[in-house]
Amino acid sequence: MTGFLLSAAGFILLTVATGLVRILRGPGDCDRMMAAQLLGTGATAALLLVASATGAPGAVDVALGLALLAAFASVAFVNSAAPPEQNLNNEAGVE
Amino acid sequence: MSAALDLLTIVAILAGLFFFLAGTVGLLRFPDPLSRLHALTKADNLGLGLIVVGLLPRAGGLLGVLKLVAVWFLVLLASATVAQLIAGAIRRKGSST
Repeated sequence: MTGFLLSAAGFILLTVATGLVRILRGPGDCDRMMAAQLLGTGATAALLLVASATGAPGAVDVALGLALLAAFASVAFVNSAAPPEQNLNNEAGVE
Repeated sequence: MSAALDLLTIVAILAGLFFFLAGTVGLLRFPDPLSRLHALTKADNLGLGLIVVGLLPRAGGLLGVLKLVAVWFLVLLASATVAQLIAGAIRRKGSST
């Protein structure tokens, strides 16, 4: 069973690694941010699997922290790349 | 009984892996940013949710179960909110970037 869990974690990391190609190829920075978000969630899932396989209690807390920090990274990106207030002033006619 | 739980764990984790793969393939293959965001968020919530469901029987005691569900619930909240924020950013920045 632990072998299955560890191989599942490895598979997820491989999947996320192929997802990171989107960072290289992504036309816009929004796509790059999405790949980073997927990396955060994939790493959280892999951590949970490793925690359950090796029985390390701390790994679940690390996964919890990583899940939150991934969200903050995306929020920081949105506020820097396309801040809501400033764009409303420019496109006053459109909004 | 434990064999049934192990079977549940294996089946749920395999389903979770499938959704992770589907989300990642969607992220790579879909044409425009919004459909990529759709595929990505699905991988986040469903993939991780199924993996957490698969891990629940193996969690030691009630605290472990609650911690796993807390991780999944926070990721659910975070990725739903982030998806809205990124969709807004995509709309404001125009479909080109």
